[in-house]
Amino acid sequence: MRATFSERLVDLAVNIFLWGFRILIVAIIIIGTFFTIREGKYTSEQWIDFIVFGISQGSIYAMIALGYTMVYGILRMINFAHGDIFMTGAFGAYFTATWLTKAGFVDANPFLGLLIPILVAMAVSTLIAVLVERIAYRPLRGAPQLVPLISAIGASFFLEYAFRGFFGPGKYAYPPIKALEGTWEIFGIGILKVQVVVAISAFIMMALLYFVVMYTKIGKAMRAVSENKDTAALMGIDVNRIIVTTFAIGAALAGAAGVLFALVYRQVDFFMGFTPGVKAFTAAVLGGIGNIPGAMVGGLVLGVFESVGPSLFLEGLGITRAYQLKDAIAYTMLVMILLFRPQGILGERLSKQKA
Amino acid sequence: MKKENFLLSATKTGLVGGAIAIFLCLIGMVEIFNKRDVIQGIVTLGQFVWLATAVGAGYTASQQTSHLLNGKKPAQNLTAGALAGFFSAALTAFLVWLGSQTDLRAIFINASPALYELLTFGKGLAGLPQLLIIGIISGIVGATFTLLPKAVQRPLLHALMMLIFMALFSGIFRVVMINQGNKWETLAKSIFSQTGLTQLGGWIFILGTIAISVFWSNRGEAVKASMARMPSKGKLSLRILVFLIIAVIALGLPQVSGPFIAQVIVIISLYILMGLGLNITLGFAGLLDLGFVAFFAVGAYTVGLLTSYGPFGLQHISFWVAVPIAVLVSMAFGAFLGLPVLGVRGDYLAIATLGFGEIIRLLAGSDFLAGYFGGPQGVIGIQKPCLGVLEPFIKLDTPRICDGIEIGQGAADHFLAGPGGIYYLAIISALLIAFVAWRLRESRLGRAWMAIREDEDVAEALGVNLIQTKLLAYILGAAFAGLGGAIFSVLIGSIFASSMQLLVSINVVALLVVGGMGSIPGVIVGAIALIGLPELLREVSEFRYLIYGTVLIVMMLAKPEGLWPSQATKRELHHETSAQGGD
Amino acid sequence: MNKRLFALLSLLVIASMALAACGGTPATEEPAATDAPAATDAPAATDAPAAYECTDALGCVKIAAGEPVHIAYWGVLSGADGSLGEDSKRGVEIAIDDMGGKFMDHDILLTTEDALCTPEGGATAAAKLATDSSLVALIGSSCSDETVGGIAAISNAGLTTISPSNTRPALTAPDRGPDYAGYLRTAHSDAFQGKAVAEFAYNVLGVRKAATIHDGSAYAQALQQVFADEFAALGGEIVAQEAVAKDATDMRPVLTSIAAKSPEFIYYPVFVAAGGYITAQIREIAGLENVKMAGSDGIFTPDFVTAAGPNVQGMYLSSPDFSAFASGYASFVEKHNAKYGEAPLSIFHAHAYDAANIIFAALAKVAVVDADGTMYVPRQALRDAIYATTDFQGITGVLSCSASGDCGAPVIAVYEVVNSDPASWNPQDATNPNPKKIYP
Repeated sequence: MRATFSERLVDLAVNIFLWGFRILIVAIIIIGTFFTIREGKYTSEQWIDFIVFGISQGSIYAMIALGYTMVYGILRMINFAHGDIFMTGAFGAYFTATWLTKAGFVDANPFLGLLIPILVAMAVSTLIAVLVERIAYRPLRGAPQLVPLISAIGASFFLEYAFRGFFGPGKYAYPPIKALEGTWEIFGIGILKVQVVVAISAFIMMALLYFVVMYTKIGKAMRAVSENKDTAALMGIDVNRIIVTTFAIGAALAGAAGVLFALVYRQVDFFMGFTPGVKAFTAAVLGGIGNIPGAMVGGLVLGVFESVGPSLFLEGLGITRAYQLKDAIAYTMLVMILLFRPQGILGERLSKQKA
Repeated sequence: MKKENFLLSATKTGLVGGAIAIFLCLIGMVEIFNKRDVIQGIVTLGQFVWLATAVGAGYTASQQTSHLLNGKKPAQNLTAGALAGFFSAALTAFLVWLGSQTDLRAIFINASPALYELLTFGKGLAGLPQLLIIGIISGIVGATFTLLPKAVQRPLLHALMMLIFMALFSGIFRVVMINQGNKWETLAKSIFSQTGLTQLGGWIFILGTIAISVFWSNRGEAVKASMARMPSKGKLSLRILVFLIIAVIALGLPQVSGPFIAQVIVIISLYILMGLGLNITLGFAGLLDLGFVAFFAVGAYTVGLLTSYGPFGLQHISFWVAVPIAVLVSMAFGAFLGLPVLGVRGDYLAIATLGFGEIIRLLAGSDFLAGYFGGPQGVIGIQKPCLGVLEPFIKLDTPRICDGIEIGQGAADHFLAGPGGIYYLAIISALLIAFVAWRLRESRLGRAWMAIREDEDVAEALGVNLIQTKLLAYILGAAFAGLGGAIFSVLIGSIFASSMQLLVSINVVALLVVGGMGSIPGVIVGAIALIGLPELLREVSEFRYLIYGTVLIVMMLAKPEGLWPSQATKRELHHETSAQGGD
Repeated sequence: MNKRLFALLSLLVIASMALAACGGTPATEEPAATDAPAATDAPAATDAPAAYECTDALGCVKIAAGEPVHIAYWGVLSGADGSLGEDSKRGVEIAIDDMGGKFMDHDILLTTEDALCTPEGGATAAAKLATDSSLVALIGSSCSDETVGGIAAISNAGLTTISPSNTRPALTAPDRGPDYAGYLRTAHSDAFQGKAVAEFAYNVLGVRKAATIHDGSAYAQALQQVFADEFAALGGEIVAQEAVAKDATDMRPVLTSIAAKSPEFIYYPVFVAAGGYITAQIREIAGLENVKMAGSDGIFTPDFVTAAGPNVQGMYLSSPDFSAFASGYASFVEKHNAKYGEAPLSIFHAHAYDAANIIFAALAKVAVVDADGTMYVPRQALRDAIYATTDFQGITGVLSCSASGDCGAPVIAVYEVVNSDPASWNPQDATNPNPKKIYP
């Protein structure tokens, strides 16, 4: 088939535009970086701080993103309520931790004082996620793609405002753990203890998850279901059980992330899941949705860009109050990466069937 | 499979009902709704909500019993209902008891003394037996309902629905009627109380609805048949008559109802415009856009900047010139934002467009561009359009005279100054765009979009130019949303970046799916259901999003194809579910 | 398809009959509160017995014997900022209690309209209020954005509103335009507040290098700008003016960026969430361990102390000066605590109380009672009477309303948080206040 002349002209114009767009963004980044570094406003310690802050924020994104990515991998569904599952975990942990702190338990056993709220949070999140799956998602299997999305949005509103009804619109201050105040010297750099704990816990949990998915029987079953539900069912896999398990694992990770978030940022409220949820979804897509290492990479990349980006790219261009545009940088990065790799950093090219 | 004992099943149902009742108590719904009446002096909305859980439990338990016992057996049905009602109330009683032992308020802020007082009829724990008895009675009422013949069930159900509807909207009806003059005022005050229905009003609506319902179930078929027998000429004139009546209502509504109803209808129309726009990108072409508010923002800001007399106004030009410019700028943005994501598919597209929506909002509200868009202080002083055709197209200076009235120099104002006038602008725009959307769907372009939606690769192989077709979907969708934004800016008279939230985009996607994907009447129905009803039910604003979320889930479970689906979707969905039967 | 169409049409026919019946009358009996109130003084006049003739330019509200005097509160009552509106609403409720719930033998009816703290919410709430012809006067809104969106509808409907908590300077600027004809406030303008904080920082704390952070809201952006201008005018140096997103949680990067400019004082007049995150994280940043922190009335709540945690100790917060309040304030707080079982939620309850009382005082001047006990309230006269308020003995001070709508007595104080336990929050306490007033 032959394209007409005008059609070819449009295609050409589109291509020129796209390349221009790519070059423009890269140029902005390079020029901004160049001027910022030349001005020398920040010391190298401060740059390292920026990166460390980014990694700790990014590891929380990554943990939430894992839940998104796992559910997506299996059901091709955006679980919009996942950010709110994260919030429910944080609330569970808040009440446990407050109670333990008041009883003086946390000061005596800082490790258990951290671990018990995490376990409670994981349990609460898992319970709620399984309920949501049972009530709002399972009956919709096989419906067109947008139907579960809307149901998930509904579930998200429901969870947020039910928790608002229970606990009110106020903010709760998560009790600090005394043993985790201050900094540790690592390679000569002072890093906040909480952030080290967050990064390490996140890493351990992600490694565990990777191990489960790659090397256990249930992980194998998950991967099989993700490839093809019907075939998996024929192979004797209980598809429903695998899906519930996936939701449960993703929710447990989100619950744990909720505690880590509360530890680092100290606040718990009913709306806390929304923004991190959207960001984690962005991270999952950035890394290649459906891909577990991709979610980790996406989360970390997003966190570091948000933290470093405003100072590094924008201040050099003379843009004041750059941190207001932190999210704009995150989303521009996303679009840029999708321009070069429409399937995300580690994603595979979407075949027809998966798209 | 061995069937469950019906008593066990009823107990379970009762516990579920009780859990829901506790939930409603703890989120504060029972207590806050208690300030509203359903029928004055008889039942408050809060009591009604609580009773509904017990009645519902009794109803469900009785239904299950019939199912388990293969038929209705009154004694067992009623027993099951009573049991379910008892357990339903028992959980609430347990909550009250627990609250008397420990201070639940330390965790659940709504577990207040006022709630306990309400649940125990002010008697403290001594009121609990009474609560349990009411629970049992409610359960039996629910069970009895299932035993009634259909011909009795239906009018009762209708009456109940009517009662709730009228009680919820009583405030609006009351005010509108009072505004009509003395006779109406007396009538309004005898039917509606300040917080609900009067006893007289309650009976009027219950009995009236039952009468109509009974009449319709007996005579409805006959009326329909006589309609069908009518000669085609008669049918035509009937249609014209109906059309005229609708037109008269539409024209007269804001004059009769006052500005509030007009304002709500304008907001619905704006969402219809956005919905029709997204219906092209998402409904027709299948491109999921979660940042649709971007185009709305572009339209609003363009008109705002072009017509504002505030500090950021560029040119004080006439609204009628600014609107086409706003639509063109929105189209340009549609192309500009569509181009980078041409190759992006599925959910990658969703998140990329979400990003665009957020970028636009962040930039518009940022200090960096505050010199152009007002930053957090917004664009204010946007002039309301003048109706006069002979009004100068470029109005550069003061005094501004609009339709013969100097703007804002007194209480008197020109026609398009308030929602009552902008109503016409919005309605006409929505109708016009609905027509355009309908013509587009039937066009060659529309078929190309649907081909892309069904299968991008196949469509390309069949000669659909993907780039152009997709770009046109973005551009036209953006144009519609931009028009909506333009009207929004003159409705409110000021624009703030904080109005352009992600929530707006989500609402638009939701109304599209709830209405029925790809269906133009569906957009309208969806907008009325998801945008109009919450606006009218402002008094329950505490629970607005909770109810909204519940409605979304229930809608998707009950009618996944939407309230008014297009024929294609209906067919497709039916096909898919039957194929998935073994899942 | 036919069935559904038929159902829809028949519904419309029924609805149309009902409405056509309504539609017949209004040609002769215009409602008293439509878009064009100038022309609508007629109905009240024609309906009234000959004894009273309404000649008011904006029409009259007719209240028959036994019917309530209807006033409304509009403002944010749900969402994250709900406590701001709830606090003011309680002030109005107490004012009504103090009237014994009655005004000249008529019950006082208070209804509320949620305006969601957004301009659209304000516009919709205002449209609803404008529809209700039984309304005499309004108190509200809570957020300045709501007023910007809704004030035109309210003024044009002939209503007058007094806001207890709007602080945006432009709302009572002399050139604010005729849409604001029905708008007054008892709250202070932020122009005073920003100045007070700047003077406190420069003169009392003796700092010379200050930084500001705002959260992209109109309130915070304007307030920090006033502060920056005043501080620079005093001779200080503004080393950084930063901004964050309203929903940002990780403040460490932006604080690190500010730390690079080594300020001695950071002013962030934001709201509870962002303020809490900044305060909780600020001490972790190298270079900001000893920086002095200040906020304003947006975070002058125990909620903020809860969110901010232990770092809040020693933070400065500006707010209306409670000690400058008249003696009546102490008994107001007593009544409040007895009625609601808790201390006031925010800082504008007293302003709302005064706003309501100004309305009642003006109402007493203009209301006319007919021979048969029907009360008439001429709207323009009421509006004029409210503007004419002078030397009103309120609990926030002695109030006089200016021609541009400012009724407040703007005495701003700076408080220091002396205890990070939110339960100890009580700025009104005589012996052991927290936060404690330190300036002026």
